[in-house]
Amino acid sequence: MNWITQNLPYIFAGISVGGQYALIAIGYTMVYGILRLINFAHGDIFMVAGVIMVYASATMPMYVSIPLVILTTVVIGVMIEKVAYKPLRSAPRMSIMISAIGVSYLLQNLALYITGGLSQRYPTIPAISKTVTFLGTTTKVVTLVTPVLTILLVTMLVLLIKYTKIGIAMRAVSKDFETSQLMGIRINSVISMTFLIGSFLAAVGSFLYFTNYTGVTPTAGAMPGLKAFVAAVFGGIGSIPGAVVGAFIIGICENIIKGVGWTTFSDAFTFALLIIILVFKPTGLFGEKSTDKV
Amino acid sequence: MSKNVLTLSNVTMQFGGVVAVNNLSLEVNEGEIVSLIGPNGAGKTTVFNVITGVYEATNGSIELNGQTLLSNYPKGKMKKLYAGENKGLYTKTVVKTPDQITKLGVARTFQNIRLFKSQTVFENVLVARHLRRTSNLFTATFKLNYKEEAKMRSETLELLRIVGLEDVKDEAATSLPYGKQRRLEIARALATEPDLLLLDEPAAGMNPQETDDLTAFIHDIRDKFKLTILLIEHHMNLVMDISDRIYAIDFGKLIASGTPDEIQANQKVIDAYLGVTEDE
Amino acid sequence: MLEKSKKKINLTVSTILIILLLFGLYLMELFLSPSNMIFIVLQKGVIYALVAVSMNLLNGFTGLFSLGQAGFMLIGAYTYAIFTIPNEARTAVYQYFGGGLIKFNLPVTISIILAGVMAAVFAFLIGLPVLRLKSDYLAIATLGFAEIIRAIFQWNALGPITNGSNLLRKFPSLDSTGFSKWIQKITCDIFGKTGNVTGATIYAFIASGICIAIIVLLINSTYGRAFKAIRDDEIAAEAMGINLAKHKQIAFCISSFFAGISGALLAMYQTTIQASAFKSAMTYEILLVVVIGGIGSITGSCISSFLFIAASEWWLRFLDAEKYVGGVKVPFLRSGFRKVVFSIIIMAIVLFYRQGIMGTRELTPAGVWNWFKKTFIKSAPKKSKEA
Repeated sequence: MNWITQNLPYIFAGISVGGQYALIAIGYTMVYGILRLINFAHGDIFMVAGVIMVYASATMPMYVSIPLVILTTVVIGVMIEKVAYKPLRSAPRMSIMISAIGVSYLLQNLALYITGGLSQRYPTIPAISKTVTFLGTTTKVVTLVTPVLTILLVTMLVLLIKYTKIGIAMRAVSKDFETSQLMGIRINSVISMTFLIGSFLAAVGSFLYFTNYTGVTPTAGAMPGLKAFVAAVFGGIGSIPGAVVGAFIIGICENIIKGVGWTTFSDAFTFALLIIILVFKPTGLFGEKSTDKV
Repeated sequence: MSKNVLTLSNVTMQFGGVVAVNNLSLEVNEGEIVSLIGPNGAGKTTVFNVITGVYEATNGSIELNGQTLLSNYPKGKMKKLYAGENKGLYTKTVVKTPDQITKLGVARTFQNIRLFKSQTVFENVLVARHLRRTSNLFTATFKLNYKEEAKMRSETLELLRIVGLEDVKDEAATSLPYGKQRRLEIARALATEPDLLLLDEPAAGMNPQETDDLTAFIHDIRDKFKLTILLIEHHMNLVMDISDRIYAIDFGKLIASGTPDEIQANQKVIDAYLGVTEDE
Repeated sequence: MLEKSKKKINLTVSTILIILLLFGLYLMELFLSPSNMIFIVLQKGVIYALVAVSMNLLNGFTGLFSLGQAGFMLIGAYTYAIFTIPNEARTAVYQYFGGGLIKFNLPVTISIILAGVMAAVFAFLIGLPVLRLKSDYLAIATLGFAEIIRAIFQWNALGPITNGSNLLRKFPSLDSTGFSKWIQKITCDIFGKTGNVTGATIYAFIASGICIAIIVLLINSTYGRAFKAIRDDEIAAEAMGINLAKHKQIAFCISSFFAGISGALLAMYQTTIQASAFKSAMTYEILLVVVIGGIGSITGSCISSFLFIAASEWWLRFLDAEKYVGGVKVPFLRSGFRKVVFSIIIMAIVLFYRQGIMGTRELTPAGVWNWFKKTFIKSAPKKSKEA
């Protein structure tokens, strides 16, 4: 019991970070489900949302800048697909992955240029930056808001995928790209929709994530991005509930490790976990198995 | 009586709940050409994949020249799921990987041609000599194996001459016409020095003239390389012409076996191909 | 017979070119100022060429999409540094760790080889679980391992060996090897003074050149053919009796071995190293070098390394400096703009020029001669550039 009270802040932080990872992880898992592509640039889109927020909030009130950030992030995300991935759709898998790495490199360098390489102070979003006391622990409101908001958004997304026309199309495309194309599904709009949702959630995630940190740097997206990807693999790539569960597990474990005092290894742990999963259960917790035909 | 080269005993291959090959037993004797026929989806290619170790059979055993290539029984999830026969018959597990099986003398071609796309005709065959090398990484890198290397090259050239691809040896493998690609696949398989050659639909997509050529070609290489051949084919003319014996399967189960004449007269085979009219 | 004579031409011309090149480098060291940009480009370029070629062996020739290169370079760089820091300098370098645990030195050459061996040993251990994974999963797993390696080397508990997250320095650099003493002595004997000659560039070229030559030999051997077979079609390769696990492991370990050596050379070039520099961004850079040169082309990787380094360190430098033309500030030019332009160029190559500079072809003297004949002497028979 004593252990729990001592570690409660870390567990809270874990749940909160887990929710933020979950929002990013959905972008990875959906894109992978449809295009079989690890969108290496997704973490950087998340970072870009942070950078835009810094500049938007400097000149505009919160109620304008938040929607504006979401809108621009979504536009950038969809544009990237159109420019960098669409022309390579029939190319070997390696080419499109390299293109993703190239986009990541470009976004980081652009951010470096614009911010001048200095860490930019992230604005305080009044509603979620306040400090509250919960179960005897002091924490920011964002810690409590994140899991709730995450669950809410994910539920909406699952409903969207299950019941709407575009959702059904998405599922069909992820099952069989070519056949669904032949069945008259407009593949381009499905893919755009996927990137739209992914970027939207990444933007929301960035508000929650960066509120906990003092600033945004051009490489700030790389690590959370990779971790969210690991979460997606852990849950079974292509599966949205899987990504969410994976993200929470990773977020909590990572913060407990920090709590124990092994901060150096909190990143390494995530990758160790990744490798263990890939070796023993490559399909993750909820993934489906696919085999090559000889 | 000539000796057994390949023996399959009670081989069952089950994927999840689907039994693709069910309790199949067959044997192929030295120097024979044996065909495996059956309607589409009967499990013929699966049999090849099981023999060559691409799939691990769920139950049964496979022997090559008296050596066990595979022996397996339902384990793990399959314990409960297993729907085949002879469940308790095998207790030993031997699983050889495809490369080990090739080394022991089984070579194959593929139904949907699988050549090394970026390489020339010559290189495609040359790489198949790799498994008979005596050089190691060090001697190979520093060209201390130049004698063996020269021998590999001359043998490859000789093989290409025999199969009639010498004149196109420097062309990209995938630029060849379909029939020649099939021939190249056979040449590549021969380069591994097999005892048993498995041909998966070698005449697919060929016209009657090409099919006749292929029949002669298969006879020819059988005699020249002292091979035993097991083949899958849909061209019944070719099958009836070439085979010493035929096994017919449907839904993974053996439905008939015997000489071409016997198979042609077998009612079950006819039913399997033409379908049975029920009720009347 | 034509084949043989072509080989002979290639060999002779290559030898002559190499001798000329080394002599040229010597003359450059003799006559140019040591702060000339060309030396940075040549030294860093040739080290990048080695690591790019080692990555190409894996990604281009064996078809294993691995992103662990920075991790193996880190192992190499640290191994080299740890074993070569002079004993008298250790107290200063390991100031937070009581002078460190290791109290002995190894010669430079042996340390460089050991750097490769250590990287290969790590690669072997990492390869056991991850090489069974398919393309993109392999990429992410190797990337993950590189991050883990970085965390381990920065771990304070290993400080007595790795110096934790602090710099390692004072180890012999490119211009303070036995070779540079030798070449200075010779210069002194001939010209009566050593001038600016340090042999640094020549040393980097010889060390990287030997390594690249070994990789080329390997690729042209029966093992190299097996690697290419695996790249083209794993199932068919296995059916041809090629043991996938073993051959992938060989390619992975050898690639890492040379990445380790390039890490050691990079340490010698930089004179100080720190684990935090070996990020995944470094691997991405090397990957982009490989892509620009052409995945599956050794000469392509070499050419593009020099171009990459020259462009990023030299030719595009002006983009980073603010500039006024007639009192008006030129727009966009300021710190960081170079990298933006650079990444746009790279994206353009990735999207519109996917084959890179060389595709999968190689540049050989005979090939160049044929091309020359074809272009300038019209009557010559049509021949491909490939050799």
